Amino acid sequence: MSSTLIEYPGSPPVRPADLDEITIRIREHILAMCAGPEGGHVGGSMSLVEILAALYFRVLLVDPHEPRMPERDVLLLSKGHGGIALYAVLCEAGFFPVERLKRYCAPGSTMMAHPSTAVPGVEMPTGSLGHGLGLGVGFALAAKLDGTDRRTVVVMGDGELQEGSVWESAAVASAQGLANLVAVIDRNGLQITGETDTITSLEPLADRWRAFGWRVLEVDGHDVEALADAFSAAPVVDRPTVVIAHTVKGKGIPAVENQARSHYARLSPRQHRSAVAALRAGRPS
Amino acid sequence: MTGLAVVAPPEAKARSSREVYRDVLVELLPVDERLVCLDTDTGLFSGIDFGEAADRYVNLGIAEHTLMTAAAGLAKSGRVPFANTMAAFASSRAVEAVKIDIAYNDLPVRIAATHSGVSAGHLGPTHHALEDLAVMRALPNMTVVVPSDAASTDTLVRQAMALPGPVYLRLGRNATPDMPDGPPVRLGQAQVLRQGADITIAACGPYPVLAAFEAADVLADRGIEATVLHVHTVKPLDVATLAAAADVTGTVITVEEHWRAGGFGSAVAEALTELMPVRVHRMGLPDQFVGVAGSQRSLIERAGITASAIVAQATRTRREAGHD
Repeated sequence: MSSTLIEYPGSPPVRPADLDEITIRIREHILAMCAGPEGGHVGGSMSLVEILAALYFRVLLVDPHEPRMPERDVLLLSKGHGGIALYAVLCEAGFFPVERLKRYCAPGSTMMAHPSTAVPGVEMPTGSLGHGLGLGVGFALAAKLDGTDRRTVVVMGDGELQEGSVWESAAVASAQGLANLVAVIDRNGLQITGETDTITSLEPLADRWRAFGWRVLEVDGHDVEALADAFSAAPVVDRPTVVIAHTVKGKGIPAVENQARSHYARLSPRQHRSAVAALRAGRPS
Repeated sequence: MTGLAVVAPPEAKARSSREVYRDVLVELLPVDERLVCLDTDTGLFSGIDFGEAADRYVNLGIAEHTLMTAAAGLAKSGRVPFANTMAAFASSRAVEAVKIDIAYNDLPVRIAATHSGVSAGHLGPTHHALEDLAVMRALPNMTVVVPSDAASTDTLVRQAMALPGPVYLRLGRNATPDMPDGPPVRLGQAQVLRQGADITIAACGPYPVLAAFEAADVLADRGIEATVLHVHTVKPLDVATLAAAADVTGTVITVEEHWRAGGFGSAVAEALTELMPVRVHRMGLPDQFVGVAGSQRSLIERAGITASAIVAQATRTRREAGHD
């Protein structure tokens, strides 16, 4: 496993300046989907943008022209309600044309609010919380058995950590010495009904993961390069890695940033216009 | 789910069964100190003021297995807990706790399972519950109730309070149309919406009942008189009413928002075929995941549960049974 920047096979590397523009376009795609007839999980998708951009444009070995390439790395979006962020990133990464995003939640469309494998680049259907890390244990164990250097990355929400199954999988991952497994926590601090740490506290979060035998890295979850460095950090022998990415729910929409009510929204045309304008006015950095 | 949605959905005037259930619970909680409302971050109770009963609303976070085990512990301690989650999580993720901790102990837990069937529509198969009737009715001691509209939800939630054991309340996400007028809704009794001698159509859930009722009109125009049963209690099943109807008509069609395997139709077929020679055809969702977006109604219709499909099936079933 290399800590160097990995490029798409056949694709030029993406410069940081281009990535700034890409993350804005990803947010525009998310807003457009949330302005559709069914709306979308806007808050927890906005908090994911840099995490997924760093993974798909800086870290993962994937080929948008061959989504099932055998030697690819595996990304599992365990917080499946961030599906529209994943769709937007996959679209920007070239897995499918932007026209497909316009079919989001249209009657008969396979592009539903939670990801399904009918969408190119989606590895597993998710949406019921607390499955991704266990799935990741399986992918990582297979790579270990196969002797490949495939990396498995599981992205979870912080509210999701209230599911007991997460901690069962966390214990197994370290017991099995899965150094090829990386968990990412979108630590936006909010869930549907309020603050995660008010409802069922997760703190001390880093110490919990350490106690389960994981290497813990903490990073600004909206700094693409810092995220990429953390994701690409050389693995520790026999220990899985968790990256706690400190994020802001609703990032990029000033009206709802850091508010639980951003969890799900159907944007009116006016809300959509003002949110897009805020993005183009220079937010987020 | 809450959010900054300001665009009112077209059906906003009517109330969904989950909202009606919530309002009944909000009314009952302060007057019955046994009641405890256990939430799993559903958002259904956001902005609700429980007043003096506020300490008996407990949000456990996103933890459905603990929801069911904690409900059992509370019930064993003399409380009557309402366990709130989506039907998909109640009937699959947390079902071992439902089976062992709640049903095995015959505890008075009320499982309020929202987003049932395909009412979660665009949220996809992870949030659809098309197996829950099969799962829940297989559990000893469990009562399984499927309200069809706002009025029947209000009635059945209150009547369920009198039951000593566990209850599974199958609730929807969005408002659905009101049911046709009929005799009073009584838990455990099939509601006879229409009587006819030629075929029995037994339906469960809002859109199946409405489709059955509409189909009966079309069939009547063709000289086929149907008995239409609105069966809101799947367990215990009102076998007496079903058998009486089947005895007259000889053929039965069941209609439900559930996979064909194991659900309401299976329960009817199991019961009737032990009592009499009868032809039962089960209409439900085919043996596949519903992997496309759509409204609850459109996904059901896409699966072939419509009035015209019931008419066609009734004609076919009667012909095959030699009643043509």
